[in-house]
Amino acid sequence: MTEAPTQADISAEIARIAESRTTDETQPRLDYAPYRSSILRHPTKALQQADPEAIELYAPVFGDQDVDPLEADLTIQHRGEPLGERIVVTGRVLDGAGHPIAHQLVEVWQANASGRYLHQRDQHPAPLDPNFTGVGRCLTGQDGTYRFTTIKPGPYPWRNHENAWRPAHIHFSVFGSEFTQRMITQLYFPGDPLFGLDPIYQSIVDPRARERLVATYDHDVTQPERATGYRWDIVLTGANRTWTESA
Amino acid sequence: MSTPGQTVGPFFGYALPYEGGPELVPRSHPDATRLHGTVLDGAGAPVPDALLEIWQTDGAGEVPRAAGSLRRDGYTFTGWGRAATDNAGRYSFTTVEPGAPFIALTVFARGLTNRLFTRIYLPDATDAFLDSLPADRRDTLVSTRDPDGLRFDVVLQGERETVFLAYPGQS
Repeated sequence: MTEAPTQADISAEIARIAESRTTDETQPRLDYAPYRSSILRHPTKALQQADPEAIELYAPVFGDQDVDPLEADLTIQHRGEPLGERIVVTGRVLDGAGHPIAHQLVEVWQANASGRYLHQRDQHPAPLDPNFTGVGRCLTGQDGTYRFTTIKPGPYPWRNHENAWRPAHIHFSVFGSEFTQRMITQLYFPGDPLFGLDPIYQSIVDPRARERLVATYDHDVTQPERATGYRWDIVLTGANRTWTESA
Repeated sequence: MSTPGQTVGPFFGYALPYEGGPELVPRSHPDATRLHGTVLDGAGAPVPDALLEIWQTDGAGEVPRAAGSLRRDGYTFTGWGRAATDNAGRYSFTTVEPGAPFIALTVFARGLTNRLFTRIYLPDATDAFLDSLPADRRDTLVSTRDPDGLRFDVVLQGERETVFLAYPGQS
């Protein structure tokens, strides 16, 4: 059994790969060894170019029967107020041409203010919060706007390497107007000191691309006596079907 | 500029799977079939923390435009479903065979930095895309019939690696 790599080992690997960056890479590298769990889980053969056909030119439809509006507020799911910094996170889901993705599903999940997930496999000995589950859903509006009220999540340790810590983040699951635009990503908070050390964030080797995952503090979103506000837009890859304004 | 993806991570299990997610039709539906298999890594080990989503036409080949996948009413075919793998890396959907050559599939997993797209072709299906693939890789996209229905394994890496897709406009 070899000893777990140190942060210095992982940071050196991250730096080496960053140097090898050649062209604009919008998406994370599937083959990114500093994130140890990826080693046996990334395809080694090139992705096969495919023209989307029939079903792939559409996305599943979600409606009011799927999502209760209350699911967008993660701070009201229990009897008491959750601990931590209450925040509002809002923005628009857009396609590559800037068109809004209207009436589409957005799902989020996250750790609590202490950096603990309400998940059996999370062994981090930080407290659970009986007033916070950390799961929300909403449908985007006509202009592609989503909006959640939640708690700012804490950073948390993981076992990728010795003294590994993830920057605070909220997981986002989004759908576009086509199957081909489906994606899951993570929202981060501005100025996190863990960005440079985190192999998941750094798996997006283009710094301009990964900075697109960092929300912006927006005082116009902040609510007096209630919550601070963050804005974050999500832009999906280009649609292949001709865009039509949905009714 | 598009937003990059990130791994689904290890802790989606209490957030994304939901009751009825894998049942596009009730098991009592006259055309119900099981679509199942195992997700495997590059060492041939099962992947117990993967999430699969399917999206398909109905039996007549029509693209479903009805809502209701998250709270199924038992009558409406929405064409979309979600299933997490179990501790043995297995997944299972209950659906109908599409009136089209394939079911579209998205794969997420801890350790997978971004989603993967692929297609599950029906056992006897052919189309131009399938024909364009090298013979030794084509089979990775074709399901096989077993007593329960359709069987399709997802191999993330290695000799029998599933063909994964990139669509125009994706890097």
